[in-house]
Amino acid sequence: MSEIIARTAAPLPARDHLETLVAAILAEARVQGASAAEAAVSFSSALSVTVRMGEVETLEHHRQRGLGVTVYFGQSQGAASTADWRPEAMRDTVQSACAIARHTAADPCAGLADPDRLAREIPDLDLYHPWPLTAEEGIDLARDCEAAALTLDSRIRNSEGGSVATHGGLMVYGNSHGFCGGYPTTRHSVSCSVIAQDESGMQRNHWYSAARDRNELEPPVAVGRKAAERALRRLGSRRLGTRQVPVLFAPELARGLIGHGIAAIRGGALYRKASFLLDRLGTPVFPAFVTIRERPHLRKALGSAPFDSEGVATADRDLVSGGVLQGYVLDSYSARRLGMETTGNAGGAHNLIVEPGPLGHADLLRQLDTGLWVTELLGHGVNLVTGDYSRGAAGFWVEHGEIQFPVHEITIAGNLAEMFQGVVAVGNDMDTRGGIRCGSLLLERMTVAGE
Amino acid sequence: MATDTLALARQQLLTPAGLGEDDLHRALSCLLGHAVDGGDLYFQLRRAESWSLEDGQVKNASHAIRQGVGVRAISGEKTGFAYSDEIVLPALLEAATAARAIARHGGEGRLQVWRPTQRSPLYEPLDPLETLSAEAKVRLLERVDAEARRQDPRVKQVMVSLVAVQDTMLVAGADGALAGDVRPLARLNVTVIVEQDGRREQGGSGGGGRVGYGWFLDEDRALGYAREAVRLALVNLDAIPAPAGTMTVVLGPGWPGILLHEAIGHGLEGDFNRKGTSAFSGRIGERVASPLCTVVDDGTLAQRRGSLNVDDEGAPTQCTTLIERGVLKGYLQDQLNARLMRMAPTGNGRRESYAHLPLPRMTNTYLLPGAHDPAEIIASVARGLYAVNFGGGQVDITSGKFVFSASEAYWIENGRVTRPVKGATLIGNGPDVLTQVSMVGNDLQLDAGVGTCGKEGQSVPVGVGQPTLKIAALTVGGTQA
Repeated sequence: MSEIIARTAAPLPARDHLETLVAAILAEARVQGASAAEAAVSFSSALSVTVRMGEVETLEHHRQRGLGVTVYFGQSQGAASTADWRPEAMRDTVQSACAIARHTAADPCAGLADPDRLAREIPDLDLYHPWPLTAEEGIDLARDCEAAALTLDSRIRNSEGGSVATHGGLMVYGNSHGFCGGYPTTRHSVSCSVIAQDESGMQRNHWYSAARDRNELEPPVAVGRKAAERALRRLGSRRLGTRQVPVLFAPELARGLIGHGIAAIRGGALYRKASFLLDRLGTPVFPAFVTIRERPHLRKALGSAPFDSEGVATADRDLVSGGVLQGYVLDSYSARRLGMETTGNAGGAHNLIVEPGPLGHADLLRQLDTGLWVTELLGHGVNLVTGDYSRGAAGFWVEHGEIQFPVHEITIAGNLAEMFQGVVAVGNDMDTRGGIRCGSLLLERMTVAGE
Repeated sequence: MATDTLALARQQLLTPAGLGEDDLHRALSCLLGHAVDGGDLYFQLRRAESWSLEDGQVKNASHAIRQGVGVRAISGEKTGFAYSDEIVLPALLEAATAARAIARHGGEGRLQVWRPTQRSPLYEPLDPLETLSAEAKVRLLERVDAEARRQDPRVKQVMVSLVAVQDTMLVAGADGALAGDVRPLARLNVTVIVEQDGRREQGGSGGGGRVGYGWFLDEDRALGYAREAVRLALVNLDAIPAPAGTMTVVLGPGWPGILLHEAIGHGLEGDFNRKGTSAFSGRIGERVASPLCTVVDDGTLAQRRGSLNVDDEGAPTQCTTLIERGVLKGYLQDQLNARLMRMAPTGNGRRESYAHLPLPRMTNTYLLPGAHDPAEIIASVARGLYAVNFGGGQVDITSGKFVFSASEAYWIENGRVTRPVKGATLIGNGPDVLTQVSMVGNDLQLDAGVGTCGKEGQSVPVGVGQPTLKIAALTVGGTQA
């Protein structure tokens, strides 16, 4: 074994180094005449390996720095960023931001978050679990992962590889209200993508596991097997005739569906009136059994954050309860535009949890009875202004609760507002791999287009 | 006079760091010293700015600089990669050491003498950020806003963005490849929201290319985008639900060429074909389209968004025939996949930045014009869909299934374009869809210059184009079964 290949991802710099840099940026902004400023400095490093057909394909070392500043001259603002941390580059960046602010129009809603909303204490959410993975170890794990897929069935003939990656990052944010906070995070992943082939053709599928702590990753062998099973079950896919049927969304796709709803209640979409959920606060958006909670402080969770990207303290809340929309997803600017208060969501929502129902996947298939179980979606046919939804799909045709055959080259279409009202059940098979946690979603009816 | 883009790139990337060609040799020797077959150094400096308008005022703008050097070591099918966001010799050597760790055994790489690539440039090596004053940029956006609002009282929101990048790159390969390029890229986009009787719709338009901002002032282009965005939004106010099912589809010229990008282009990229994971793998010489179809990928079109003087591995771009009169002719190659497939590189090795590995990628992909008048094509359809504007698309290259989503479409009834229908996703099978092409128009158009293609998490600017096309059967994913 070579000494060099044992290298791990680059270590993170000390937090006080980044804090000093943020303070220097804010001081420089003041020197250059800004009445207020905010800055973020980040460092990230990663090691990722991919093994394909048993051989190493890529070994990548990533190491990125970032420095961004927004300055305010009264109500006018300008922003600039660089990857260069040297003092002269920092000064140039502040200068670029100031130059821009001289040309932008004053906006009464612009500015830092209100001081009383900034996080006073920064709880440790246990988001940092470094994995001193060497390239050599990563290669072995990726190889195990892919091998588990390749050896599962003789119809797994080809592969796009097994991959293992470890990522660490440190971000510090500060503003001229005196806030300065930062924390390190890690994210590790194992993934595999393979191709099954028989006389009907080739089908590709993948699986992945992601976690803050490597001990919470699915074992590489399990990931590989799942990827293979998912590719195999697609073999022999057929088309369907055009029809209207109930549709069951797999958890990983249900997360996306909920995500469209969240995008429609973000401040930017609301104040621009570019949302199918405009003015729906306090009204039923889902059936009464649907509850969606935001839990920003879940320990080790991928969507956790002690404060948002303007330093505002994050807090638990119910976004939807009894099916009724209880709040929007706002940052300070959009909140001011709407005459509301920030919800601590600059940069997005933090751990949205769709309350699981009692049913597992098999029960949901029975409840679906005859219809479509969607396991893959293709394309971006989602219009957030109107809610119109039309996407390519693949999955399984189900009759009397039993899977009949795999289907592909079809579309599913509806309107998100009606689809949300038409949720019949939320599964207990929650996918926790991202910022939105959701089980399978059973929808009353959508249009399938095919032959 | 030919511009020496290599000299310009050297001056921007190497001179400030005090790096000379002997330093490049030293870094490449460090890379090859470990029995690596090949590799390259990719230096990049990217300056970008973005100005945006809403509520009739430019309230937000930003400026960004990124620079660095990516070091790649290749040993057979293996690639080692590391990069640094500092362009200084120690960081360069450190990255080279990390990248070469990929090879523990293998080939005998030898450094070759520099072979600089030169070609007559397809675009000026200008800095688009400097082509207008800040005041003039703000004024341009305000004029676009006023033009949109002037069109119709139902216009409630106008958002305009103006973005420009100057991307300077220099690549030095162990095989002697040495090339530099200065790549301007500018784009202007308009989005409007219209409202009537409580119904809201959105419309968008835009364009750009490897040009300075002055291009948007020429021929009133920017104001044209404003009018087009409003027109599109108003059309959608009247749209009825889209049909569901398989039917005849006529695609308009220009941007609907995204069909070719998704259905054909991705499946012909060299990496997927070397690995045998594409629905087109091993099919060169086979008929995959009607004889009316000839499809090319052309990186050499002057000032086009997808064009490059040299690709990111230093190879000059070219016009590559993918399908000739219905027969599959070739793949899009970067150096690695071309070598492993024993084919010639086609100048399609592209990367998002120094922090990403090159992949075979498209440039400007289009279908050549045919014989029919577009009006004749529409007149030939008894009942079908006429789709003229699209949003994005996606493809599963292994199964060949692809989608692209219409944002402006109409019913065709008895040979006449009638009511607008709501946007819908169209789905088909890449290796089959062009066999269904029964008429090709004489009205080839390239898109206005707004396309961005994503692959393996990397985004690169691309172009598409086509004449009006009649597809005998394609599945339309509306709600009206």
